[in-house]
Amino acid sequence: MVHDLYQEIILDHSKRPRNCHSMADATRQADGYNPLCGDKLKLYVKVENEIVVDVSFVGSGCAISTASASLMTESLKGKTREEALKLLDKFHELLTTDTAVSQDLGKLVVFCGVRDYPARVKCATLAWHTLKSALSAELKEPVSTE
Amino acid sequence: MSTLSNKVTPAFDVEKIREDFPVLKQNIHGKPLVYLDSAATAQKPSAVVDAIRRFHEVDCANIHRGVHELSQRSTAAYEETRSKAKRFLNARSKDELIFVRGTTEGINLVSSSWGRKNVKPGDEIVISAMEHHSNIVPWQMLCEEKGAKLRVIPMNQRGELLMEEYEKLLNPRTRMVAVTHVSNALGTINPVRQIIQMAHKAGALTLIDGAQATPHMKVDLQALDADFYTFSGHKVFGPTGIGILYGKTALLNAMPPYQGGGDMIRVVTFEKTTYADLPYKFEAGTPNIAGGIGFGAALDYANKLGIDRIAAYEHALLAYGTEALTSIPGLRLIGTAREKASVLSFVMEGIHPHDIGTLLDRQGIAVRTGHHCAQPVMDFFNVPATTRASLAFYNTFGEIDALVAGLHKVKEVFS
Repeated sequence: MVHDLYQEIILDHSKRPRNCHSMADATRQADGYNPLCGDKLKLYVKVENEIVVDVSFVGSGCAISTASASLMTESLKGKTREEALKLLDKFHELLTTDTAVSQDLGKLVVFCGVRDYPARVKCATLAWHTLKSALSAELKEPVSTE
Repeated sequence: MSTLSNKVTPAFDVEKIREDFPVLKQNIHGKPLVYLDSAATAQKPSAVVDAIRRFHEVDCANIHRGVHELSQRSTAAYEETRSKAKRFLNARSKDELIFVRGTTEGINLVSSSWGRKNVKPGDEIVISAMEHHSNIVPWQMLCEEKGAKLRVIPMNQRGELLMEEYEKLLNPRTRMVAVTHVSNALGTINPVRQIIQMAHKAGALTLIDGAQATPHMKVDLQALDADFYTFSGHKVFGPTGIGILYGKTALLNAMPPYQGGGDMIRVVTFEKTTYADLPYKFEAGTPNIAGGIGFGAALDYANKLGIDRIAAYEHALLAYGTEALTSIPGLRLIGTAREKASVLSFVMEGIHPHDIGTLLDRQGIAVRTGHHCAQPVMDFFNVPATTRASLAFYNTFGEIDALVAGLHKVKEVFS
């Protein structure tokens, strides 16, 4: 019925999210909030020599936003800050355009079904918006998808 | 469908009524539409759609201006809605009924016009813990501007206001008590008559948000004795962008205009302007004429069905839905007041409302998910959001069965 959206890997990551814990030695953190559905997320990133060595998150959200955060943390480790931000652009493109799926996205392609559910795009991008905020220099306000 | 689906009151032929709502006759994702989001906006009967079309095709002109035939026709049709609203609410005079864009504007009109003139530093405004954002934010803005204090009547875990706590909040500094008649997030019917009497005893005025009450029950303004009462056309089967603010004549007369412009004046010179009498003093500019006329057709439609019959049918539907939903393991109803109307708000263990909403939509079932513009209510029940099925008289017992079956499918996906 809706297996195009709720693929097995998404259900798996929503029920058993990976890297779902706080991080005492994070070098950066940011808060994400989706006012539409009340989803909240705190992201921890450890960057050493411009390389993302560890990422984790805590928060409450729907299956799509939780799975997205979980899969994002897995896909970021070992990437440079620049590579991480490039991946964000490609992920956003996956969700919002009909263009061919990028080779670099790996497991993240499971979210391609989200493009048929415009109301859910913000769920899938919350973690990534928060990542952008965490990786940029100054943090003042919690990031919002609105 | 279960055998219980046949419990329909014989006097209320819901299948025949559904014929009046063309929008209901469609498939969504290959399944018959089950519309359970009437608390967000109600569907419109053909009579409303026809009235709006007729206005645009036959009678279209601006109102209160021309002496020509079309202007007279449109003025008469628009003003007739005011008279219909007077009967609908049992108001004393149609001059006490101001056309507004909707409930939100009705509340803002009072908080701006009455509030700015009458609220002083140290004064207090009382609202309740279950208000829609539209009955929180305008008062918060007023309190901030005036150095007044916003006080909140608490509620219990069922979603019922604590009347003894309300009593303690009232004091000589209380200027206004602004409370919803029926909660959009919980379905609670508040004891507004008692709330109004207690406020009056303390010397305070009252504003009742009637957006969720007017579609479901008889409202008698003279019996209630509310100082202000406001509701939206689109929740009572009319179009969006039109609603009514009721205010007592003496209060409205003493209030400054809300907006300046055409139609609300008597004489304008560059030195001074005198304002029109009620209700026009509060109706600046060309209004939503077509909407007003459609609104009138909607009130006619509700009257023809009979608001008491609507209430009785919906009561049976709500009782059936409450029992059916609570039989689903892991489902918790949010809002279990003894007096309730129309709303079935719930959470399901381990499944986020957004996922429920999407999965139900794929089965043709339209529900609302989120905080329902009542974030403090969500905080109180310690949930980020709920799923809300809201009922109207065009819903059937079979549709409740479809919702229950749909929720079982949701559980399967997440099992």
